[in-house]
Amino acid sequence: MHPVTEPVTEPIAGPIAGPIAGPVRAPWLDREPWRVAATRPESHDTVTLELEPPPGRAFSFRPGQFNMLYVFGIGEVPISVSGDPAADGPVRHTIRDIGAVTHALCTRQPGQEVGVRGPYGTHWPLAEAEGGDVVVVAGGVGLPPLRPALYHLLAHRDRYRRIALLYGARTPADLLFPEELACWRGRFDVEVEVIVDAASGDWRGDVGVVPELVGRVPFDPPATTAFVVGPEVMMRFTIRALTRAGLSRDQIFLSAERNMQCATAMCGHCQLGPFLVCRDGPVFCYQALAPWFARREA
Amino acid sequence: METLEHELRSHPFVGDLEPAYLTVLASCATNVEFPAHRFLFREGMHASGCFLIREGKVGLEIATLGRGPIVIETVGAGQVAGFSWLLEPHMYQFDGRAIEPVRAVALDGDELRARCEQDPRLGFELMRRFAHLAAERLQSTRLRLLDVYGTPHAPRH
Repeated sequence: MHPVTEPVTEPIAGPIAGPIAGPVRAPWLDREPWRVAATRPESHDTVTLELEPPPGRAFSFRPGQFNMLYVFGIGEVPISVSGDPAADGPVRHTIRDIGAVTHALCTRQPGQEVGVRGPYGTHWPLAEAEGGDVVVVAGGVGLPPLRPALYHLLAHRDRYRRIALLYGARTPADLLFPEELACWRGRFDVEVEVIVDAASGDWRGDVGVVPELVGRVPFDPPATTAFVVGPEVMMRFTIRALTRAGLSRDQIFLSAERNMQCATAMCGHCQLGPFLVCRDGPVFCYQALAPWFARREA
Repeated sequence: METLEHELRSHPFVGDLEPAYLTVLASCATNVEFPAHRFLFREGMHASGCFLIREGKVGLEIATLGRGPIVIETVGAGQVAGFSWLLEPHMYQFDGRAIEPVRAVALDGDELRARCEQDPRLGFELMRRFAHLAAERLQSTRLRLLDVYGTPHAPRH
């Protein structure tokens, strides 16, 4: 089973090539900039931006979808929405500072402008997972794209059976949303396991890698849906652990990352086998992606 | 002895061994408890055995100059701490310290090796389990060597 729903994108106006009957407005040209309402450092290299749409512009998204954020004169990047899909107010994006554009975004200050277009892409199959167990596996900055799904799962707790969050990071200092993790850990209706690659002697938690956590939480394999986001190598090993635990490929969903540029399925930069990640993803069912996932050429 | 056999039977690492082998293991076993922060074993010590963890968490640590101890792996309930007893020179490679109060079954390595020499089937069965454990730890180490959460080297946005 692959993509859950049609991507929620706006139709592209006019033909891409050929005679143009009238003025064509590209989707990235007709947007007013958004305003930075607040910023929040999440770790030494990761920041959450709260972005306010222009007056009169309504915005909604589904967990797993992303926006294209641009800083004028520098560039544009795809960033998953990391906030609560049911909440009103500014839209949260959690960004790791790893390049020119992300650095410009991470250093934006309240009141400054950011270009936003979206939301794009497919979403987590939350409705399809109802009635069963859900295992959410995140590595590093893979947690922000999953956070909207977690908000949804916890807000509709009675629709699911067991819920587990397995989260890995490089060191304790790299863990994102520590207050929320502590809050979720305090709940009796969600299992939260956190692990880091290495730690000093004062860390009381687990040290190791995320796939090790799969065997530690109880779930009923035939009735479980897994959502996985993280570096590709981490996802490959997590998928192996999940399949060893009894999940089939069509029960595993992951968010793929490729060099996304247009986000409107026109440029082809984000091609992954027969898919364009911006249009057919980023959330894929592993069943569809498996032949291409670990292939060097893809 | 019966209690020890019962505890061994309920431990995932050895629980499915033949009853006769569980009796052999029980004859080499002791129930042990460690409060938080207490060392189960120290790097360089004679590896006198291994610990089947029943409750709590053990950190495998290495002391580093200027950085204090680094925890390289944690081992929790249902897992095993220590396999140096199996391999020469039978010396622990890391410190094993209780991160939280630990209850475990300690297996006497010298005794166990002697039993394995006497009964190669038992030896093979235990070697198979410890080889699996070693492979898992190696896999985990390799994954961490990749530093998948680190800053990507390729140019990024």
